[in-house]
Amino acid sequence: MNKAEVRHIATNYIFILPAVALFALFWLYPFLKLFQLSVFEWDGILPWNQAVFVKFRHFRDLLRDLSWWQSMRQAGFITLIALTFQNALALALALACDKGIRAARAYRMIYFLPPVLAGIVVGLIWNWIFNPFDYGLLNYWLTRIGLGHLARAWLSEPKTALICVAIIHCWRGFGWGFIILLAGLQSIPRELYEAARIDGANAWESFKRVTIPLMVPVFVIVIILTILGTMQIYDIIIATTQGGPHFHTEVPITRMLAALRGSSRFGYASAMGIVFGLILFVVSIVHIKVSQLVKQE
Amino acid sequence: MENPIYYRVKKIFSSMFLQMFLVGVAATCIFPLLWMFGSSLKTQSTVFSDMSLFPKNPHWENYYIAWTKGEFGVYFFNSVFYTAVTVVCIVIFTSMAAYGISRLRMPGKNIIFYAFLAAMMIPIPGAFVALYAILINLGFINPGTGVDLLDNVIKRLGYILPQINQGLSLGIFMLKTFFDKIPKDLEDSARIDGCGKFGVYWHIALPLAKPAIAVIVIINVLYVWNEYLLAMLILTDKSLMPLQRGLMVFQGAHMTQYPLLMSGITITVIPIILVYLFMQRQIITGITAGMAKG
Repeated sequence: MNKAEVRHIATNYIFILPAVALFALFWLYPFLKLFQLSVFEWDGILPWNQAVFVKFRHFRDLLRDLSWWQSMRQAGFITLIALTFQNALALALALACDKGIRAARAYRMIYFLPPVLAGIVVGLIWNWIFNPFDYGLLNYWLTRIGLGHLARAWLSEPKTALICVAIIHCWRGFGWGFIILLAGLQSIPRELYEAARIDGANAWESFKRVTIPLMVPVFVIVIILTILGTMQIYDIIIATTQGGPHFHTEVPITRMLAALRGSSRFGYASAMGIVFGLILFVVSIVHIKVSQLVKQE
Repeated sequence: MENPIYYRVKKIFSSMFLQMFLVGVAATCIFPLLWMFGSSLKTQSTVFSDMSLFPKNPHWENYYIAWTKGEFGVYFFNSVFYTAVTVVCIVIFTSMAAYGISRLRMPGKNIIFYAFLAAMMIPIPGAFVALYAILINLGFINPGTGVDLLDNVIKRLGYILPQINQGLSLGIFMLKTFFDKIPKDLEDSARIDGCGKFGVYWHIALPLAKPAIAVIVIINVLYVWNEYLLAMLILTDKSLMPLQRGLMVFQGAHMTQYPLLMSGITITVIPIILVYLFMQRQIITGITAGMAKG
């Protein structure tokens, strides 16, 4: 290679320079920094060179931190609701729209409206529906139809707060599953249904023998996205319950934010982030492996 | 054979039932938004008693009050500014990088491409903690240059740069697959006409990639406009806050000013709903493209 050629190739790198520089500074560096932070005690105010090295103390503390594991269980509960209720709704709607029903495009447009809204906005709007007083929409309607005794402070009673947050989350999220499932359904060749019908299969049999097997990869994607998306829920909670009443709607991200903002414990928040990330990673891998086994059967 | 009328009736009923189900779900999607809009036009004294969806005497001045006294005008311009700068930078940086990776000779470019892909797939829910620490250490949070104007520029950069990074992976992934399909002849003829490699990128590749760029723009507009976490952590100055952050500040300070809060929310969602209505196709393409990587 001569000198001109080297220079020619060197100038090629100018094309990727801005992207790579930003990527290194704001993705790669934070990724590594997270592990470093997790073994230090640092408050974000002292100069970094005065941070105290504490080895794995944060991880040991985290194992015994009951409020952390409670937040994990609560996020898990919301995820369970999203996996069953939200995805069942999404699948039912997608199947209906795939049947060549009238105005399917309009439905598609409307169902994907909530997902494009910010979680903060969604939370603030739903605050009113679940408002504890008479003018809360849900309480108002319950009273109107004679079920006034059921009216309650939906978002500030321990019994109902978490389930209400889960409902808001499902409202915002089912459009995602719907869009992906519908795209999957529409990619199934119509001839397969035709062939199944000629072979004498009824609607249920062709659903079981044609739709389900072909949709397995799409189901895997939807389930993983639901788990990852729901476990990391935070904005709806910030806008509605802020973790209350009494930690009953705390989730991992809000715990991390509390560690950061209340007491500026960067190390502890980082340890939470690492443990949480590992759990999500393991769950996704296990899920992919299991679905591959199921597929081979 | 069974009675054909039985089948006809069954079919009509089942499709009626189906339509009712679909309409019902659609109504729950739209109703909260209509309620938000209607409430934004009521007054503080009627908002809790007037349960009509749209008030008889709409108080449009609520929007003026929210815009000025509620400072949603400031938040709105901040959101527009952050979104515009971030998205323009994402388009330029990702198209350059994707073009370089796709068409130019660069030892090691595949490793870089796979690094971007990996970043898209690995969830790091704690990244914001480290990002916040880095922004503090680099002086983006409290620049302390002594010049207010310069301080504000640096603080705004601290909010914009990490968000540009967020959009890199998907953009590079989508544009690279696009540039890979451009025939070599087209480039060669431009070269013969005297175009340098920047010329080919700018005059040939970029215009051809318009459909893909439209998708990238829309997806990132939605993302940046709706961002909250980083804004909450690093922006403490009202004059620098975007809409989502402003909404929470307003709600904290004027808990009971429901009509004004609803006006603020309406101001926040109207641009996003308009973008959505006009760009649905691109949004759905972008989502399915994002899926394909998984």
